[in-house]
Amino acid sequence: MHEVSIMAEAVRMATEAARKSGAVRVTCLKLRVGTLSGAVPDAMRFAWDVVCQGTEAEGARLEIEPVTAACRCEACRTEFDCADFINECPRCGTPGARLLRGRELDIASIETQDH
Amino acid sequence: MCTECGCGHGHGGADVKIGGTSHDHEHGHAHPHEHGHDHSHEHGASRELSLNLSLMEKNDRLAERNRGYFQAKKLLVLNVVSSPGSGKTTLLRETAARLAGKLRVGVIVGDLATDNDAARLRTAGVPVIQITTGTVCHLDAEMVARAAEQLDTDNLDLLIIENVGNLVCPADYDLGETLRVVMLSTTEGEDKPLKYPPMFHSAQVVIVTKGDMAAAAGFDRKQALANLNKISHHATLFEVSAKTGEGMKEWVEFLAQRHSVVARK
Ligand SMILES: Nc1nc2c(ncn2[C@@H]2O[C@H](COP(=O)(O)OP(=O)(O)OP(=O)(O)O)[C@@H](O)[C@H]2O)c(=O)[nH]1
Ligand SMILES: [Mg+2]
Ligand SMILES: [Zn+2]
Ligand SMILES: [Zn+2]
Repeated sequence: MHEVSIMAEAVRMATEAARKSGAVRVTCLKLRVGTLSGAVPDAMRFAWDVVCQGTEAEGARLEIEPVTAACRCEACRTEFDCADFINECPRCGTPGARLLRGRELDIASIETQDH
Repeated sequence: MCTECGCGHGHGGADVKIGGTSHDHEHGHAHPHEHGHDHSHEHGASRELSLNLSLMEKNDRLAERNRGYFQAKKLLVLNVVSSPGSGKTTLLRETAARLAGKLRVGVIVGDLATDNDAARLRTAGVPVIQITTGTVCHLDAEMVARAAEQLDTDNLDLLIIENVGNLVCPADYDLGETLRVVMLSTTEGEDKPLKYPPMFHSAQVVIVTKGDMAAAAGFDRKQALANLNKISHHATLFEVSAKTGEGMKEWVEFLAQRHSVVARK
């Protein structure tokens, strides 16, 4: 359950960014979470309801955009989805394809309210 | 992290730009302001701020600071992770004991509760700092920085960090270590690497331990190595038994060799 730590960090970053911009409340938090990030969206949602309480982000909507992990084979340039770290090209069998995306654990944007 | 297959975290820049204008409702959620604005407002303008920041940014920054500090002190630093009970403390105690007179060892050990592991490690005659994490199921870079302050790092060669027994959460937290060591015991099944790919993928060293139990546990060594070969394709592999000492010589020699590389820099 490191999702609790991650979401506590999300609250910290979101409220800090809101404050810096002169806003007083965070009304929505948008995250991008890769399928190989190690964090589970359901656990993040569960943690969010707890960690946002008593902060300027209390009650804010949480939107999580999942990012499916994908690799590109260096040998034949095929791009393919990758459910684990077995980066073997399904077309030509070459191992060790480069991961293009899927490790994201990002805060994409927030919506704020001024007063 | 991994440069060979580019599987490190991708970080967005910190470009904080203000998107949209006041009362920009393009996302179309229910909102009391969907009607006209011919009355005084209860609350202020709503704005979208684009952040594009990694949630691991702070930890990664602190981990890089740790790494710089450890390098300056010419310390080899291990971040040792495994499932609960795979044998981290047993192996590390044995490792520290065998390195006596060769490398000066210090240990930081993280547990949810109790300082039993610290007491066991101290029997090897090395300084040990216990971090009790409470409900937090992993160590982070800040905890390690605070613990390292309590050690006389000028007089150490090898700092071993025993992480909380957990193959999921510690995977995302860089501590600033030189090497991430992932352990797998012969009693927990050969498919562990397939079940916890992010952790096994991030390993620079994999240690298969409790070799003395392999036969009794029906451990399929060939299958385990094949699985490790698929997921942990950057790792150096050791097969040991902390109990019988089998394989320990190679492991300890590897540490001495890696320390000499760090010390030369
Ligand atoms: N037979 C055998 N038993 C071992 C070996 N290494 C550890 N054990 C036993 O496995 C159990 C767990 O070992 P620990 O060293 O406490 O494991 P750990 O990974 O530190 O556990 P946590 O810190 O709780 O996650 C103990 O009963 C050890 O005696 C080994 O190489 N062979
Ligand atoms: Mg232990
Ligand atoms: Zn956890
Ligand atoms: Zn290919």
